[in-house]
Amino acid sequence: MSAVATPAVAKPNSVWQALRKNRMSWIGIGLLLLIVIAAVFAPLLAPFDPFQQNIAFRLEPPSAEFWLGTDSYGRDVLSRLIYGSRVSLLVGFVAILIAMCIGSALGILAGYVGGMVDQIIMGLVDVLLSFPTLLLGIMVAAMLGASLENLIVAIAITEIAPFIRVARAPTIALKQRDFVEAGRALGFGPIRLMGVHILPNMISDVVVLGSLWMASAIRTEASLSFVGLGVPPPIATWGSMIREGFEHILDAWWLTVFPSLAILITVLALNLLGDALRDAIDPKLRSERA
Amino acid sequence: MNFPLVSKPPVLELRDLRTEFRIGGAWHAAVREVSLQVSANETLAVVGESGSGKSVTALSVLRLLPQSAARHGGGQVLLDGVDLAALSEKQMTKLRGEAIAMIFQEPMTSLNPTMTVGDQIAEAIQQHRNVTKKEARRLALEVLEEVKIPAAAKRYDDYPHQFSGGMRQRVMIAMALACKPRVLLADEPTTALDVTIQAQILSLLSELKTAHGMGVMFITHNLGVVAQIADRVAVMYAGEVVETADVHTLFARPMHPYTEALLRAMPRVDGNSAELESIPGGVPAINALPKGCAFAPRCRLKEARCEIDRPKLARVGATHQVRCVVRVEQHGDMA
Repeated sequence: MSAVATPAVAKPNSVWQALRKNRMSWIGIGLLLLIVIAAVFAPLLAPFDPFQQNIAFRLEPPSAEFWLGTDSYGRDVLSRLIYGSRVSLLVGFVAILIAMCIGSALGILAGYVGGMVDQIIMGLVDVLLSFPTLLLGIMVAAMLGASLENLIVAIAITEIAPFIRVARAPTIALKQRDFVEAGRALGFGPIRLMGVHILPNMISDVVVLGSLWMASAIRTEASLSFVGLGVPPPIATWGSMIREGFEHILDAWWLTVFPSLAILITVLALNLLGDALRDAIDPKLRSERA
Repeated sequence: MNFPLVSKPPVLELRDLRTEFRIGGAWHAAVREVSLQVSANETLAVVGESGSGKSVTALSVLRLLPQSAARHGGGQVLLDGVDLAALSEKQMTKLRGEAIAMIFQEPMTSLNPTMTVGDQIAEAIQQHRNVTKKEARRLALEVLEEVKIPAAAKRYDDYPHQFSGGMRQRVMIAMALACKPRVLLADEPTTALDVTIQAQILSLLSELKTAHGMGVMFITHNLGVVAQIADRVAVMYAGEVVETADVHTLFARPMHPYTEALLRAMPRVDGNSAELESIPGGVPAINALPKGCAFAPRCRLKEARCEIDRPKLARVGATHQVRCVVRVEQHGDMA
């Protein structure tokens, strides 16, 4: 039985303090807040109806009236971009939430039960990881057909494997800890031990991974939309906007550049936040910095 | 002197318990022919040095040893006459914490750092009793007061890291006693604590034993603790009981050479010896046990026959048994 008492998680307020000291985390949080506000208040913020076509204003370059120009149907790019943030965030968030729940459940199960169950689940992980994310996403999305729900499911499946891995490793360490043994001696069943005693002690690892992989989910969404397996038109998503703009890449640069920038900023913000969260939660890294 | 009544039926009885570990593909006995009894309202101390099989015995009772590496090799574990070794895992899970509870050595790591101490006690109650959350909280607070946590109501919602080692051990005891078990297994519960706290925890444990009428199996390597808490003592060596007696007899007239050596190796304030004796050698590994008496290689009384036949536990008094052919013979000559 281990003699040193290391708390498995740092205390919430000290995490918050460490997060506040990190300047990069402020940039990440600020940018992300901006995007979330854009998504939530899209109808108030968008200057035009994102679906309103107007042939008279086809492929207008950025101007005082159309800040980011118009597309080949005469739709306002800024308005479509703002509405597109809804889909991107929704898909990214929900897909990661699903991957996180299923992945950590499978990871804890594999780590706790061990033996055959562990081998089967880790075999599944190896299979999932052997496909490039995009290829796997294309396969699943093509099989299920193009719709918002199927897109979320496809992305969730491509992102499950890392969560299984990240949940499994601490579970193996935690199941030997004295308090899990003590719980067993009190007659707690395996499900209670996994859910109440192991999960809360490793949830921070999973959440950090979630914020990092949400960026990847948003990228995958854009890629799948780009190849036509995303949300069907006319709904605006950043990926499908890039694809539509691709046909005019030489004469209307604003159609591809602005949605690309939107993706870039979102992914950057999530990565900054994820890195800062990881540093704040990992007490070892933190003490090295202090 | 409070000799335990021999007629009182034991609440926990081990009969020829054998537990085996797998080492390099072969099964070796870590605990052999262990027969012990604990009656209600009685503390049995199990003493021995590291590796003598004390903890394995306790974990075997609760069937908490990892199934991949350890197995039940024979014998019975009777709780009020019911053999625990024959129960299904599901039935066993129901008994853990309800009829038999255990407290561990390390109070610092035996509590879940992400749950308040009160909730951890309430969780133990809800596991075994069909009560509402509110009722469980009330009961948990009662137990917390029973183990004398100062300002228990205020500390209920504190996290383990806000407690000192001694207070955490009190919380552990509260969790173990929450469902009023008939038997408490205490695996060196005071080893990690400093001496003053140790004394407090020991007197708390004996108070609670009397209040609940529990049978307590107290595992320790500290003979000072044994003198303070035990009614009866079982001395273990290399996985077997080598001597068992009531506490007064054991300290006054130890029979087994290992018990004698242990007592001589204990620092005393009432003695005048300037030096502490030690026992040369170490406990044999379980896959390299000597053929005859397990203690023979380190024994001062060793004779040729000791290395050939394994001695049996022989009765030398009303409550006194010893596993040593030489001493039993001497005792017979005297009688």
